Amino acid sequence: MIRKRMSSFLLMGVLGATSILRSQGLTAAQILDAVDRNLSSDNQVFTSRMVVHGRRASRTIVSKSWVVGTEKAFTEYLSPPREAGTKMLKVGKQLRIYSPQTDRVLQISGHMLRQSVMGSDFSYQDMMEDQSLQEAYHAELEGSELLDGRDSWVILLTAKKLGLAYPTRRAWVDKEWMLPMKEEMYAKGGKLLKSALVKEVMNVQGRTYPKVWLFKDELKRNSRGTEWIIDEIAFNVTIPEAMFSKAALRR
Amino acid sequence: MLIPKLAQRNLIGAGARTWLNVVTTSLALFMIVFASGMYDGMIAYTKRVTVATEIGGGQYWHPAYDPDDPFSIDDSHGLLPDELRQIVRRGEAMPILVVQGAAYPAGRVLPVMIRGIPPQQSIIDLPTQVLQAQPDGALPVLMGQGMARLSELEKGDRFVLRWRDVHGSYDARDAEVVGIMDVENFKVDLGQVWLPLELLRTMVDVPGHATYVVIGADEALTAASGEWVPRDHIFLLQDILNAVKADQPYVWTLYGLLLALAAMGIFNSQVLSIFRRRREIGTLMSLGMHRGRVVSLFTMEGALHSVYALLLTIIWGAPVLYLVATRGIPIPYDGADIGIVMGQRMWPVYSAGLLGGTVILVALIVTLVSYLPSRRIAKMNPTDALRGRAA
Repeated sequence: MIRKRMSSFLLMGVLGATSILRSQGLTAAQILDAVDRNLSSDNQVFTSRMVVHGRRASRTIVSKSWVVGTEKAFTEYLSPPREAGTKMLKVGKQLRIYSPQTDRVLQISGHMLRQSVMGSDFSYQDMMEDQSLQEAYHAELEGSELLDGRDSWVILLTAKKLGLAYPTRRAWVDKEWMLPMKEEMYAKGGKLLKSALVKEVMNVQGRTYPKVWLFKDELKRNSRGTEWIIDEIAFNVTIPEAMFSKAALRR
Repeated sequence: MLIPKLAQRNLIGAGARTWLNVVTTSLALFMIVFASGMYDGMIAYTKRVTVATEIGGGQYWHPAYDPDDPFSIDDSHGLLPDELRQIVRRGEAMPILVVQGAAYPAGRVLPVMIRGIPPQQSIIDLPTQVLQAQPDGALPVLMGQGMARLSELEKGDRFVLRWRDVHGSYDARDAEVVGIMDVENFKVDLGQVWLPLELLRTMVDVPGHATYVVIGADEALTAASGEWVPRDHIFLLQDILNAVKADQPYVWTLYGLLLALAAMGIFNSQVLSIFRRRREIGTLMSLGMHRGRVVSLFTMEGALHSVYALLLTIIWGAPVLYLVATRGIPIPYDGADIGIVMGQRMWPVYSAGLLGGTVILVALIVTLVSYLPSRRIAKMNPTDALRGRAA
């Protein structure tokens, strides 16, 4: 789900973008379309590690996820033992968590959505954001920049409507790989709140795909953030519909 | 007058045994007054501080407001009903807006409750006037000493404050500590930062909204407040009252033990006295003293212990109690650590009811335990008693 969230800002395409990068002859929408083609698939199954870097130690949480489009996602935590068996189901706007310790299914809503996921730099609300950025944001191509020595387009996204968690975002899209390599999320007043950085890419089923992300709460000083590493991923596989039922949480 | 005189003479004649019982009873009397005074003092102090710094004369809550439910707080605000708007306009009450947020002092993250309060208010005893300061490019923030300690912030320090507006968008700005208040109510201190009300309303984009309204200490709650819920002192001090209620059995057990200590000594002494003074009892009866009067004599001897104990307590205990009442007792720990509102010193309260009640209670119990063994005298045969035989 986190991967989906990270790529969602581009995956869904900011088709309403109007600015034009004159020098390249590409609009922001065309760039995002290209990114979309590179990242999108009908569904995905992946195993990932989330490494939460604390002040003194780091924790690694392994999970397996089944994702269909932007509406459905099911995640099962595999380790460490304390988290193993915890399951998370997102269907549309609803997020449910099953805890094996209590054998209860809890719907995450209201203020709980703002809590950190497993102590990471991500909130449940960050994970839940799946609305179409095409509808939500204006896109503006700001120019080109070198990011870690690689040429990238810089795209500024500004909210079209009230109520978005991050009213402004800025994304760096690699010109060769057509991948969003970095994103910054800003507060209403313009203060940088969070960032996401792709640290490593991989080749999967003939496409270049992000392998390691680093998410950071930028207001925390000396934060080493949360790394998100995809170990295995498969696109366009068959996922049974029953996987996304509430009953699947207790199985 | 024969019996009191005789009882007093016998009691003094008993020497060390009497004084041992008197000292024990005096200690019990002192301890009960002292412990009750401290307990009452703590409760009175907690109530006084809570009323002065938090609840005023009572509050009106937004219908959805539940301070114990952090999940609903961000939705618990609204425009004031006309009735409340009028008393706010008259200066008899003030609105407070509560918003959840996060503070980032020195890059650490601390969840906080952001409270908006009119800086010029005089309804509760918080130094909110400092919030009229306008630090350059930062939000003015007032916090308690406990919060300042927790966040390692001092006056003039800056930190980032993050919150979400009413629509759900994150916002964050630099904030400057314009004042640190010395407040003994941890509920307005720990995890709380105070901002000017109008500024917070603008930040959250809720013009005119409030979460609750505090009325002045001299004002009365009225039923007419729209859908907003009036909360009186009984409701708002419920935590304290419940804590007192929960403590009551332990307090009475302590008093019972202290009284039992004194009563057992006197009871024991009476039993021994009656056994050892059989010939004296026989003689008194032979000389014509009615059994009932002999019982009264022994009962009075026992009861006089409480009188001497009271006198002794006045001599040594009263100065101690006075000293404690005027200087207080320093508390080596923070009340917030154990979830109660308390000052750095504890001040006892000795009410007339406490003093009178304790003296009467001790006197009654001492008299009772003196009477119970004395009943045996009524069954004594004077001739057996003269021979030194028990009944």
